[in-house]
Amino acid sequence: MKAARGRRNSDDTVGQDAGNSSGAIVRLQNLSRAFGTTRALDGLDLELAPGELVALLGPSGCGKTTALRIVAGFETADSGAVKVDGHDVSGIPAAKRDMGMVFQSYSLFPNMSALENVSFGLRMRRLGAADRQRRAADLLDMVGLTPQGKQYPHQLSGGQQQRVALARALAIEPRVLLLDEPLSALDAKVRLQLREQIRSLQQRLGTTTLFVTHDQEEALSMADRVGVMHNGRLEQIATPDELYDRPATPFVAEFVGIMNRIPAALLELLGASALAADVVRHPESPAGAVDVLVRPEGLRLAASSTGNGIVVSRTFLGQLTRVSVRLSGDVVVQVDQQSTEAAALTPGDPVDVSMAGAPVMLADR
Amino acid sequence: MAQQTDTVVAPDTPGGSGARPARPGRVLGARLRSARTLLGVLPFTVYVVLGLVLPAVAIAVGAFQDSSTGGFTLSNVKTAATGIYLHGFETTLGVAVITSIVPGIVGFLVAYAIFTAKRGALLRRCVITASGVFANFGGVPLAFLFIATLGSTGMVTAWLTDIGLNPYTNGFDLYTFSGIVVVYMYFQIPLMVLVMLPALEGLRPAWREAANNLGAGAWQYWRYVGGPVLLPSFLGCVLLLFGSAFSAYATAEALTSGSVPLTAIQIGSFLNGNVLAGQQNVGKALGLGMIVIIAIVMTAYAVLQRRAAQWLR
Amino acid sequence: MAAVTGTTLVEGATPPARRTRPGIRQFPVWRWVILIVVGAYFIIPLVAALRFTGWSSFPQVVHQEGFSAAFELSVKLAAITTVLTIVLMLPTTVYVHLRLPRLRRLMEGITILPIVIPPVVLIVGVLQVAPGFLKSTPYLLALIYVVLAMPFAYRAFDAGLRALDLQTLVEASQSLGAGWRSTLWRVMLPNLRTAMLSATVLTVALVLGEFTMASLDLYQTFPVWIVAFDQTSGPISVAASLLALFVTWIFLLAITLIGGRTSRGGAEVSLFSVSRRVTR
Repeated sequence: MKAARGRRNSDDTVGQDAGNSSGAIVRLQNLSRAFGTTRALDGLDLELAPGELVALLGPSGCGKTTALRIVAGFETADSGAVKVDGHDVSGIPAAKRDMGMVFQSYSLFPNMSALENVSFGLRMRRLGAADRQRRAADLLDMVGLTPQGKQYPHQLSGGQQQRVALARALAIEPRVLLLDEPLSALDAKVRLQLREQIRSLQQRLGTTTLFVTHDQEEALSMADRVGVMHNGRLEQIATPDELYDRPATPFVAEFVGIMNRIPAALLELLGASALAADVVRHPESPAGAVDVLVRPEGLRLAASSTGNGIVVSRTFLGQLTRVSVRLSGDVVVQVDQQSTEAAALTPGDPVDVSMAGAPVMLADR
Repeated sequence: MAQQTDTVVAPDTPGGSGARPARPGRVLGARLRSARTLLGVLPFTVYVVLGLVLPAVAIAVGAFQDSSTGGFTLSNVKTAATGIYLHGFETTLGVAVITSIVPGIVGFLVAYAIFTAKRGALLRRCVITASGVFANFGGVPLAFLFIATLGSTGMVTAWLTDIGLNPYTNGFDLYTFSGIVVVYMYFQIPLMVLVMLPALEGLRPAWREAANNLGAGAWQYWRYVGGPVLLPSFLGCVLLLFGSAFSAYATAEALTSGSVPLTAIQIGSFLNGNVLAGQQNVGKALGLGMIVIIAIVMTAYAVLQRRAAQWLR
Repeated sequence: MAAVTGTTLVEGATPPARRTRPGIRQFPVWRWVILIVVGAYFIIPLVAALRFTGWSSFPQVVHQEGFSAAFELSVKLAAITTVLTIVLMLPTTVYVHLRLPRLRRLMEGITILPIVIPPVVLIVGVLQVAPGFLKSTPYLLALIYVVLAMPFAYRAFDAGLRALDLQTLVEASQSLGAGWRSTLWRVMLPNLRTAMLSATVLTVALVLGEFTMASLDLYQTFPVWIVAFDQTSGPISVAASLLALFVTWIFLLAITLIGGRTSRGGAEVSLFSVSRRVTR
């Protein structure tokens, strides 16, 4: 298998492969790409450690798919480079980059069975028929689809198709695995199952993986690190915890999880007269009026006839209930409350909202 | 690995969620109800029976009827399969084969050439509209167009003669087989373009990219994926062209006035009364033969379309 | 073969999104070569015909003997055929979509039949079984033309309905209290305007161009007149042919433009569509 690939290791990489496809180091350097007047990518810098799963998260149009396609070789960057294990692959055509890609949907070749699809990449690499069969069967087994080997894509469900697509991408033992919103077209339950499967497979094989998605739950639950993108720029790249607890920008703060945005003028109402000096400010010294960003769990709620807010609605989430409260000035905040306590509240009830700790961030209005 | 619980996706069509199954114990009521619902298609059925089935049956019956006695006979069919009529079939087959394969390939190339243009692009729109018009443009007007072009005093004939390549001295004659072939392409090529385009659109970009990603170049892509996937529709379309050329009458009639032995023309001549005594029903036998041949072709077409629909969904 | 059409535009359907594929070079040379060569093949005969007739022939066409009678006959037949076809096929197609969806396969098969039975053969059979009183009028042709138009009308309506999800619309309409007539008039027909337009254009084009059956039935419709007149004056006949072509082209162009503008992004559904793609 290795002989067929002719993979070269650069001198400066440490502890490389021993026979499985442990991942490569992938570096995206200052990638920029414009389509007409829109800047799809604006100087993206990203490095993936071997075997790491990095998720690129962001709303549509933020450039994450463009970045992925540049890495795969289906688009070229206007400037910047992609380096794999130290080698610049920007000039190498997609067919020779040795990366496995899983597309959003309908990428299985309709005229081939599942087994034939999986072994396609091996056929391109001129592996003998017996070897191809064996390897394809192994991979189908890894994704749990051995009985479906002879079936054609139109006979498989969406989830099964994507699993075959995953097996197909992994069959060639790629140095890098690229996933372009592979779960978006599937229903919720299947999505959850597949999430686990992708993650465990990726970890088992140690393949460096770049995963693009607009679903934050997916990104946060699967990735080692998540890069939040907005307007072609990487706003922050960090572990899921860090993103949630210590967002670098207001965009990240509001994109990841639920965030309340309260005008600073209302702070007194919440009983927080002075703000702690170490609260993150973004930008460094916000000019003029600021908003305070605080999570639902950072607020407290108590029924009170002389309160500062009125209950608007309640959303039952299980152990917690998210209560919508309208503060004076037409500002509505979400407060997380234990369901046992929140059960007594009804829309229209007066309540008192207070801050339970330091806010996450101060931002420009 | 966890057992997969999602269901196989079945081909879905909007607005066709299927008739509800009859509840047990109400079968009789259900049967009456469904009989009543079938009434809705009664007018259509009646029309089809009167306008299509009846004439077809008349032909089938007449083919085996002796024209003077009305009794059963195979002589019509035998006559239809020999001599000038056999020659007619052969000629027609020849025309149909050539004018389905050549325009098939050319049409495919044209379709491929424009399909990469973005939807709504001017070129694409123009070609599609033009194809729609030219596919329609058979028969009489077409014949005249070509008489003016490649007739013995036609414009192109004159050009070619000027450069020393008079087609008429090189085996071409508009009013014979070669002429018919050239003229038929005028509506066969657009027909091919129109029917291949949706098939080409069924080629998802993801397949090309996935193949690329797995190491396939352009040639390999077409050999393993693009070609096989398109083949059923391509063949199906060629068959459609075959059927179209086989049944064509007007163009050939306007062009040759019956001088080239074509089955369609021969059938027509029976209606004009140019018939030998005792052979009045041979025309019907010829007609029956034509129906049989085309029925076979169209069945093959339907089978190929079914396969293509599965893959190009 | 009688009239064949290209595309029918369908209202309310959006085309599937397509990404540009940068790997494919933008229009390599061979594509231009093909398009130019084929384009020449199509345009040269038109030019030749124009040269042959000369511009002066066109206005004269209308004044020729037999023209008005033949043209009038063709127009009458076209009108009758179109009305009959729509009255027959539209309700049937709607009915099948709503109540008998399992018959759709069968319908497609049946509506392919007129293509399987060539017009030249069909007319033989028709003349055999048609009652005398019908045979002595040209209107028999109109009745038969409906059969010829069937495949195209059915497909136009079928495509239009498929893009609509008629079942849901009808149920929504009924849940809001509309009776069958209102639903038909206010909900279904307005949404099927493009399909009806397509079917009309196709049928008209078919009838105006149909030569085979008319000539064998011995009635002088417009195409038959053109051939007969060729004996008298070649250029006039050619001019008439060009006129016919031009008119058809205008028709089809109009329907492309109108259909494209009224619908939200209108999808082009080919007559011989291969895929049963969900157009939502």
